[in-house]
Amino acid sequence: MGFIGDTANSFKSIQLRPALTQLINLGLIVSSALMIWKGLMCITGTESPVIVVISGSMEPGFQRGDILFLQMSKDPIRAGEIVVYNIDGRDIPIVHRVIEVHERQDSGEAYILTKGDNNPGDDRGLYNGLHSLQKHHIMGRAVGFLPYFGWVTIIMSEKPVLKYILIGALGLLVIISKD
Amino acid sequence: MHSFGYRANALLTFAVTILAFMCVISSLSDSLNSPSPSAQVQVLNMNWFQKQPSGNDEVSLTLNISADLQSLFTWNTKQVFAFLAAEYETPKNSLNQISLWDGIILSKEHAKFSIHTSNKYRLIDQGSNFRGKEFNLTLHWHVMPKTGKMFADKIVIPGYQMPKEYR
Repeated sequence: MGFIGDTANSFKSIQLRPALTQLINLGLIVSSALMIWKGLMCITGTESPVIVVISGSMEPGFQRGDILFLQMSKDPIRAGEIVVYNIDGRDIPIVHRVIEVHERQDSGEAYILTKGDNNPGDDRGLYNGLHSLQKHHIMGRAVGFLPYFGWVTIIMSEKPVLKYILIGALGLLVIISKD
Repeated sequence: MHSFGYRANALLTFAVTILAFMCVISSLSDSLNSPSPSAQVQVLNMNWFQKQPSGNDEVSLTLNISADLQSLFTWNTKQVFAFLAAEYETPKNSLNQISLWDGIILSKEHAKFSIHTSNKYRLIDQGSNFRGKEFNLTLHWHVMPKTGKMFADKIVIPGYQMPKEYR
């Protein structure tokens, strides 16, 4: 026996089966989170069903760190609705209110102008030279509201170290937990 | 089994569940409220009416807006965003909506108001269709809750007409 037998015994003591179980648990958690997100995308019809407000341009209605639930239906955009739009060449989508709509008789195409409730003027300056928004710029409209919870993501995106610590700690917890 | 971490986790989960439940309940309670708002709008004066060099008609109005939106407020209401829009149809466009005035109402006490104002945003047509045009003035309101579902409604006031000639 001797050396080889000792090595084999210590290898057995790692216990392959529980380790695999933990790995599968971890995988299940990750994939169910992904499933919920993708499922929400299907139900709401928008690429990002939940967004976090990062600017104060819609105060006092929406403050930095609030969460908005978006929906994208076939219903036409109307004045007063709060939409999220993304202009080519801008990396961050903007959440503002529609103040002007011109809808074409023949094509149904809409020309939309937006403004932040807290901004003095309209958004034309943000459109990268465009005169008005069209339907394909709109990512969704805000239908629901949850205050404060978005601060978690704001803090994590501004201090990435915290994100890695949190993910690491959660991962560790899943791996070492006994049940 | 009854370690500190286990108990802390159970407590946190319970707290978040209760919080989510309360958010849902307070949002649902909004639908029990059946508001009965009222609004009157008068066009006091057409200040001027011109065709811009670009070919689009522009008009300036003086308005008197009085409304009572107090019944929209519930315990879950953070603010009511009210705005007045001119709405009309042209041969090219099936709908034109142009916001003329808006206001943020933060409390029930301020929800009954009467304002004398000229249009805050420019009233410009896409084209030149304003002469003698009939239009509606619509008071819209969007209720922003403290948490939960946002909702909106409007009162349409028809029967306004633009001047027949530029001035």
